[in-house]
Amino acid sequence: MTLLSLRDLSVTLRDRPVFSGVTLEIGAGELVGLIGPNGAGKTTLMRAALGLLGHAGQSSLATLDPRARARAVAWMPQAREIAWPVTVEALVTLGRTPHRARRLTDADHRAVTRAIDWMGLSDMRRRTATRLSGGEQARALIARALAQDTPLVMADEPIAGLDPAHQIATMETFAGLARAGRSVLVSLHDLGLAARHCSRLILLGQGRVMADGPPGEVLTPALVAEVFGITAYQAETEHGRIFQPLEVLE
Amino acid sequence: MTRLMLLLSLAVAGLFTLSLLVGPASIAPLDSLAGLLGGGEGPVAMVMREIRLPRALLAAMIGASLGLSGAAMQGYLRNPLAEPGLIGVSGSAALGAVIAIQSGLSAGFALGLPLMALAGALGGVLLVLALAGPRGGSITLILAGIAISAMAGALTQLVLNLSQNPFAVNEIVFWMMGSLADRSMTHLWLALPFTVIGWALLASLGRGLDALTLGEDAAEAMGIRLSRLRLTLIFGTACVVGAGTAVAGAIGFVGLVVPHLLRPWVGAQPSRLLWASALGGAAMLLAADLAVRVILPERDLKLGVLTALVGAPLFLHLIYKTRREMP
Amino acid sequence: MLTGAAALADTPERVVSVSDAPQRVVSVSDAPQRVVSVNLCTDQLAMLVAAPGQLVSVTPLAANPRTSAMADAAAGLPVNHARAEEIYLLNPDLVLAGRFTDRATIDMLRRLDIRVEEFSPAYALSDVAARLTQMGAVLGQQARAAELVDGFNADLAMLAGPVGNRPQAALYYANGYTSGDASLAGQILSAAGFDNVATGMGYGAIGALPLEVLAMAAPDVVITGNPYPGASRAEAVMDHPVVHALKRGRVSGTITDRNWVCGTPFVLRAVEDLVALRHAVEAGR
Repeated sequence: MTLLSLRDLSVTLRDRPVFSGVTLEIGAGELVGLIGPNGAGKTTLMRAALGLLGHAGQSSLATLDPRARARAVAWMPQAREIAWPVTVEALVTLGRTPHRARRLTDADHRAVTRAIDWMGLSDMRRRTATRLSGGEQARALIARALAQDTPLVMADEPIAGLDPAHQIATMETFAGLARAGRSVLVSLHDLGLAARHCSRLILLGQGRVMADGPPGEVLTPALVAEVFGITAYQAETEHGRIFQPLEVLE
Repeated sequence: MTRLMLLLSLAVAGLFTLSLLVGPASIAPLDSLAGLLGGGEGPVAMVMREIRLPRALLAAMIGASLGLSGAAMQGYLRNPLAEPGLIGVSGSAALGAVIAIQSGLSAGFALGLPLMALAGALGGVLLVLALAGPRGGSITLILAGIAISAMAGALTQLVLNLSQNPFAVNEIVFWMMGSLADRSMTHLWLALPFTVIGWALLASLGRGLDALTLGEDAAEAMGIRLSRLRLTLIFGTACVVGAGTAVAGAIGFVGLVVPHLLRPWVGAQPSRLLWASALGGAAMLLAADLAVRVILPERDLKLGVLTALVGAPLFLHLIYKTRREMP
Repeated sequence: MLTGAAALADTPERVVSVSDAPQRVVSVSDAPQRVVSVNLCTDQLAMLVAAPGQLVSVTPLAANPRTSAMADAAAGLPVNHARAEEIYLLNPDLVLAGRFTDRATIDMLRRLDIRVEEFSPAYALSDVAARLTQMGAVLGQQARAAELVDGFNADLAMLAGPVGNRPQAALYYANGYTSGDASLAGQILSAAGFDNVATGMGYGAIGALPLEVLAMAAPDVVITGNPYPGASRAEAVMDHPVVHALKRGRVSGTITDRNWVCGTPFVLRAVEDLVALRHAVEAGR
């Protein structure tokens, strides 16, 4: 089952091509990491795929009407914005926006409770979201995306600024979603976490998709050097795959 | 929540009744109610039906408009400093109204007054949103408000100065501070249709404003049509502020104070804040209009003086609180 | 027909006849020769009292028939806008100002060594004679002033005879203001044989009369200001449905500003108009 299909997607911002000719598909049960250096267009690619940005080419999501799209994909922008001091429960309930009628149904309540429990926020249900720590806020926002109950979740740098425990927990949450048959497309800068948790990586650089496949095939020394300009230590260990950037190439 | 609605409704009903009973002419409460509800043509009936009733109705209506539009603008811009009076929308509406009156348009075509005020308010909202950007940062919002208010105020004064009428020159105070003194049912009927349309537009924004709590991108990805929401907000605000300002002048701070006070009581949810602020705004303006009659019954104390006395310190407090986000 | 001191009647049907053409009186040598007036009321007093050529400039209001009873006489005079610079350039040896003329202007003129005489507004009919006498004194035209005073007093006595049945009246101006007996307008009303409801409520001079208090008083006659061209919210209150209801089916009066604003003998025309109004009220009963 294809959850996202991009055909020859191109975006030009202010007469400057950001990327062009991006073609890819995401099926069920995948945790896809979108990697690439600063300015490669990771955010732009995701927003264009969602139809939030003008583009050339085709995206299966962009052609849906807004409400149908909102049931097909949940989107977590990089800015973890919580504008008002609402409760965690109210925040998570916002994820039901594309589903709900005037009043919340039992199904809505169940979905909210499930998302809150999944993220381990049951104790904080009634707490004010804006007063939580950064890590807790990030979890509450993931719970919001989960409550949207979509087959695909797209998250823009969801682990940026989190401590190691929260970073790992977040990636494991996404891996858990993938195991449960949903898919996640997540952009991230931490290649170590990408190599360790993602089932597939898409490397964006030089205005196109440079590689797309399992972490071992994408993070080759040559590509890492060419796209990121660094060297790295890589190994397959009893603890899983290890990727450790080492030095900047001249 | 329902208890809050009940409390606010009771406050509005109580203040409305009090507003009918308080006035410079001392009429016993029972007589005044008899004059209002019973038939008859005597002076009591005339005072109740032609002076106090329109005044109380206008206070409730315009207060609700200001509370509602304040809550809606704050929800959209995600900034508690947004308020039609402060960001120059009311001032622009006043300019439109003054042009309608001084050009003679409103004399020939009664609806010209609210329509021109609406057009002025529309210009003000569009300018503010264009200057402040989608996420109204506090600094840009306040600066845009200062600029638009100053421009609208200056142009209003200029139009009044150009008038052949010697009284017009001094009327900037009314247009900048607002008053409900000696308004009549005619004014209510002029403002009501536009107000009701504006209320309906703004009340429909609840879910979109809730979703905007997560930011524009997230809201749009949750199926909210932002361009439609923006248009609805702009026209709704222009309708209610334009209609209210056309008959009562620019009354500031109601849209700031009321949502701020009520936000904790509705769990900070923008959708629930909309109706709560409408009721709260009606209560606040009724109370302010009662106060101007009780404090200085012989002078035409302007409503905006009282609302500013309450609102300006709160505004300072909010600026102090939000200064961290300022560059 | 009353003649007053000035025998030149402008309109034959008027009882009160005050000449608005300056008398030809030979000026006394020590009298000021170049007089500039910067206030509507001193404009008119001076035009009545001054010798030809003595008054060299008046305000634009004096030439406006709405505000001035002597617009025709003023039409021939250069106007000034009460600003020190233009007054100085007129090279006056006397400036006539009102008590409420801008202090800065008056102080500036005095610093420039120009003599300034200030005139208080008239708060009573008796002030009219006092202002005429004062004007006669500063212009060196005492005889002319005395004639005008005698004429004014005679006409007033004629108009303000005792009245048996005094109707209730209220003055109602822009911004909802009214006047009691301690004002020129209130005295005009009284002299014409009306009882002023504002006086009964304790109003002395000018004060705000809430519309609902006016409605409750329900006077026999409401006398409102005459709106100026161009619109103003201040005057809109006179269009309030309650004011219309108070006037409906009754006689109502209008204030003609030119005869009401300044303490000149022309206030007798206002009294005369109100006496006619009172007769109309009585006829309607």
